[in-house]
Amino acid sequence: MTLKAQSAHETVCDNNTQLSQQLSYRHAFMLVLKRDLTIAMRHKDDIINPLLFFVIVITLFPLGIGPETQTLSRIAPGIIWVAALLATLLSLDRLFKSDHLDGSLEQMLLSPHPIFLLVLAKIFAHWLITGLPLILIAPLLAVLLHLDENSYTALMLTLLLGTPVLSLLGAVGVALTVGIKKGGVLLSLLVLPLYIPVLIFATSAIDTAALGLPYSGQLAIIGALFFGSLTLAPFAVGAALKVSTN
Amino acid sequence: MKTLPKQTSTPLLSAVKLTCIREERLLFDELSIDIHAGDIVQVEGPNGSGKTSLLRILSGLSQPYDGQVHYKNQAINRCREEYQQNLLYFGHLAGVKGEMTAEENLDFNLALHGNKNADTLAYLAKVNLSGFEDSLASHLSAGQHRRIALARLYQSHAPIWILDEPFTAIDKQGVASLEQLFAQQAERGGCVILTTHQDLISIKPEQIKKITLDYSY
Repeated sequence: MTLKAQSAHETVCDNNTQLSQQLSYRHAFMLVLKRDLTIAMRHKDDIINPLLFFVIVITLFPLGIGPETQTLSRIAPGIIWVAALLATLLSLDRLFKSDHLDGSLEQMLLSPHPIFLLVLAKIFAHWLITGLPLILIAPLLAVLLHLDENSYTALMLTLLLGTPVLSLLGAVGVALTVGIKKGGVLLSLLVLPLYIPVLIFATSAIDTAALGLPYSGQLAIIGALFFGSLTLAPFAVGAALKVSTN
Repeated sequence: MKTLPKQTSTPLLSAVKLTCIREERLLFDELSIDIHAGDIVQVEGPNGSGKTSLLRILSGLSQPYDGQVHYKNQAINRCREEYQQNLLYFGHLAGVKGEMTAEENLDFNLALHGNKNADTLAYLAKVNLSGFEDSLASHLSAGQHRRIALARLYQSHAPIWILDEPFTAIDKQGVASLEQLFAQQAERGGCVILTTHQDLISIKPEQIKKITLDYSY
């Protein structure tokens, strides 16, 4: 009789483990990614606002400074990168805020999946929504600023490696401030200093490329920043979210 | 329906000397509870007495000022993954996205907790949301909004249910069927911990354990 009860218990346990194993890491990642992209597609201002900001800021500079080709091409890398940085900062707030407000963040924290994985999916979705459109439109705006033609590859490469760093590092700041009602200023104070290395090495790479010199050193450092933040930021974000929802 | 063997010896969930302090106010001090399989626990108390705080601590979302929560005699911080596989928490925020349809919301919620390919439409029908599958959640009423999240209860195999005000904005019929669901959950060897200001009508009073929290200054 006891044996029977035990075996019944075991089958229940088996069922439970089967249920939980139905979702692999990849599935959990894709699940959250798909959800965030669906929401962004229905809430188009999430995509359009940062992009519009980026375009407007960059088009304002030639109007304010004047059309001298030399001046513009000299400051073009800095303008594009600062604009990209601020556009990302603008969009960061939405990364966890709405999930925090409607309670879905709690549900994610309580799901049996490792939190870093879900966070990584959310950050990747954020980059696809804000970072990728910036990269795609950047060459067009670079023409507007008379960027040196040798610099285009460098610009694209630095943006491709650098914007994910902005999303990853920014996510840490958002996760820390998500519980605060008006955390906008605090978020900028936390995140902008962390963005400075990316800004310095990216603009330096583009400048070096304009002189026709190799810029692989700067790229390597941005690459290191990317892999460093890719591996560490999701864990920091997970821990920060737990503190914020406490 | 499968019945889990009743474990009378080890409590499913136990709170050991929990102390909670919020905004420099002591909500409860050295609170110890044992919750066994088959228990329905109703946490009572006036507004601000710490009901939600207690449930959040039990679910592992918040950390207590002092004390521990044990799942099968193991601290939940030590066996987080196992505990979360066996837990269903429903907070007073439903966790439903307004930008997604009822079906997408439930699909996501089920999949997130390890059940993909579940029969979403059938569960939505159980909470009277047939015909609203493709409506955006933001277009639904407050009660329907919460029903989307509550539909997960009909599917859940988790032995521990922690529900914060599950009856808010739910109509009488809905409340009755939820109560029935709680009774079933207790019968199959799970436990339900809930807060509500309503009396549970269809569950026998002797089946309900009550924890009363006082408002303290």
